[in-house]
Amino acid sequence: MDLTLSPAEEAFRDELRTWLEANNPGREPAGDEAAFEFRRAWQRKLNDAGWAGVSWPKEYGGRGATLVEQAIFNEEVVRARTPSVANVLALAMGGPTVIAHGTEEQKRRFLPPILSADEIWCQGFSEPGAGSDLASLKTRAVRHGDEWVVTGQKVWTTFAHHAKWCMLVARTDPEAPKHKGLTYFLMDMEQDAVQVRPLRQITGESEFNELFIEEARIPHENIVGAEGEGWAVAITTLMHERATLAFGLQVSVQIALRELIESARSARGMDGAVATEDPVIRQRLAQLLIESEVLRLNAYRGLSAIMRSGVPGPEGSLGKWHWSEVNQSLTELAMEIAGPRAMLSDSEANWTYRFLRARANSIEGGTTEILKNIVAERVLGLPRMR
Amino acid sequence: MNFGFTDDQQAIKRTARDFLQARYPLATVRGLAEDERGFTDEQWAELVELGWPGVIVPEESDGLGLGAVELVIIAEEMGYALAPSPWFSTTCAALMLVAAGTQAQRERWLGPLSRGEARGTLAVWDEQAGWSPDHSEVEPDGDGKLSCVKIAVPDAGSADFVIVSGADGRHYLVENDASGAGITLVAEPAVDPTRKLYRVELSAAPAAPLDLAPEAVTRAYATIVTLLAAENVGAAQRAMEMAVAYAKDRAQFERPIGAYQAVSHRCAQMLLEVEGSRSLCYWAAWALENEPETAPRAASMAKAYAGDAGFRVAASALQVHGGIGFTYEHDLHFFLKRAHANAHAFGDSRWHRDRVADLAGV
Repeated sequence: MDLTLSPAEEAFRDELRTWLEANNPGREPAGDEAAFEFRRAWQRKLNDAGWAGVSWPKEYGGRGATLVEQAIFNEEVVRARTPSVANVLALAMGGPTVIAHGTEEQKRRFLPPILSADEIWCQGFSEPGAGSDLASLKTRAVRHGDEWVVTGQKVWTTFAHHAKWCMLVARTDPEAPKHKGLTYFLMDMEQDAVQVRPLRQITGESEFNELFIEEARIPHENIVGAEGEGWAVAITTLMHERATLAFGLQVSVQIALRELIESARSARGMDGAVATEDPVIRQRLAQLLIESEVLRLNAYRGLSAIMRSGVPGPEGSLGKWHWSEVNQSLTELAMEIAGPRAMLSDSEANWTYRFLRARANSIEGGTTEILKNIVAERVLGLPRMR
Repeated sequence: MNFGFTDDQQAIKRTARDFLQARYPLATVRGLAEDERGFTDEQWAELVELGWPGVIVPEESDGLGLGAVELVIIAEEMGYALAPSPWFSTTCAALMLVAAGTQAQRERWLGPLSRGEARGTLAVWDEQAGWSPDHSEVEPDGDGKLSCVKIAVPDAGSADFVIVSGADGRHYLVENDASGAGITLVAEPAVDPTRKLYRVELSAAPAAPLDLAPEAVTRAYATIVTLLAAENVGAAQRAMEMAVAYAKDRAQFERPIGAYQAVSHRCAQMLLEVEGSRSLCYWAAWALENEPETAPRAASMAKAYAGDAGFRVAASALQVHGGIGFTYEHDLHFFLKRAHANAHAFGDSRWHRDRVADLAGV
């Protein structure tokens, strides 16, 4: 057991830190379009310096680094509080899926513009009638010669209004059992048959969209994996989402917790006393310190396992589930510390925004209930409920 | 960066698992739970043969000269098997002697401890103790003798000496020799019958102070709480395995109960807490050897989390078992009781969380 970085890993981290210090563009501007262009410029800067596809193969524009180095990267960008990148879904999920299941032509065609943010990706999985039971989705794709014609509706499609490509799972064989009749496509968003409508969230902003697809065309060569194998390919995407995002998430929790402790030190609690002198608040802050350490350690233990086996396992589900609970209790505690200000939308520290936004954590990327099913069935081997 | 054990450490883990599985089946554990002494000389001799009493004792004193990671590996397996043994109490004594024993004390006791010729234990709780395991009001009289009562002292009945905590972070070694000079040991009714607890009554007992070595003593205590946390990892792992096996087997309403989410999600929650406890324990053990500035915080985090998790997982496993889990004839309650007792030994979760808050500058 060695929980320190190797000399090579340390050198990687130091090089990255130096680069981030010199190049961090700072806070992103207000407004959806301006923020998007800012993120795109930031991703291009990262890519020009070889930091966009850290663990991707060199021949497709990646850095060819190890998974540990990818994890270090994910930690350091959060620690340095750099802005988000424009193509976050393609980098975290779409690219790794193409690397795992795509053809040589697909890798050459799709990977470089992901890294350069020339082509933004979105994810078309969920539907109004298919959330947790994703495999029951109804969007239909019918083959016409070398093309597929797609009709249906998708929802919770992040970044759809900026996207060139959509990772689309559609039903290609309605006769097959529901997990067998699905195919994973890359759909061009730039066609009239695809209409995007923003969804307004409880926070007031619109991160997500609805997609209305009416006879959209997808060339046959844009199938990732084989026809009918869409479920397995989609699972790869979701496993990657849960495993690689874990590093950034655990660091963002640690940063938020430090901010919260800092603000609690100057907050007034009971009868004018400082909040951190309240034993209950101290206990809860300590519990969050412990749980955020668990998130960090589990992420590294999971990584050691991935490096042994090559692929993220179902244990990755634990991290996402646990993170959502920790982030929710952190923001709930922030509201208690805020006292009467919990009723106000604060703009500076943004705690009320974070408190509301955290409600989605246990839903997005797999509900906690589904993640518990995965853990119960695939890690513990309990019988399926169905 | 690598969160795995070395080959040697993996060998220790395998040996421990195989040995304990062969020698401490639950029928044996149950028998020892009902026995007053709680272990046999033959059982002790087998542990001595493995070198376990002297894991962290330097090689020149016939120990193995290993570290906290190896101790944690053994403690986790001891918890998994729930093997009743004075190994834990003797390891506590060894840790204290290595940390703060005088030259004479180390020469007198470390060799015999490692060779299995002597056993020791550690007494921390005053009779009027509150929540803090590091708070004692015991002070020697003018002749350096101790008169006090300590409660819940593990395995004192079979220990050759007791290390007694006192005021101002001091510790004293009191021998339990045949003459019984000033020391009386009374078996206390313990909730966890697999670890025997004693009331130690000292009346002008000759006591030899250990060195005042606050940093080393802090590290020894941090190691001890990490061991308790590791025992809880093992006990919780076992309780979870029992619950999962039962949930696959037991059918109600024409289905195995593990197919119901009310049961399966409970089991998933157990895994979350067991794995979290394990990560913290391994990290604390690693920090004790490699990052001394982090070790007290890591150890208190491990103790607080695994203290809570150990009990919660065992309690949840009992719920999965339903009525049969509440019977004495089922083995599950032994794990519940050990996890509960460990949660309250050497500082409960609340006390350790308060330390975490202090150490994090809250």
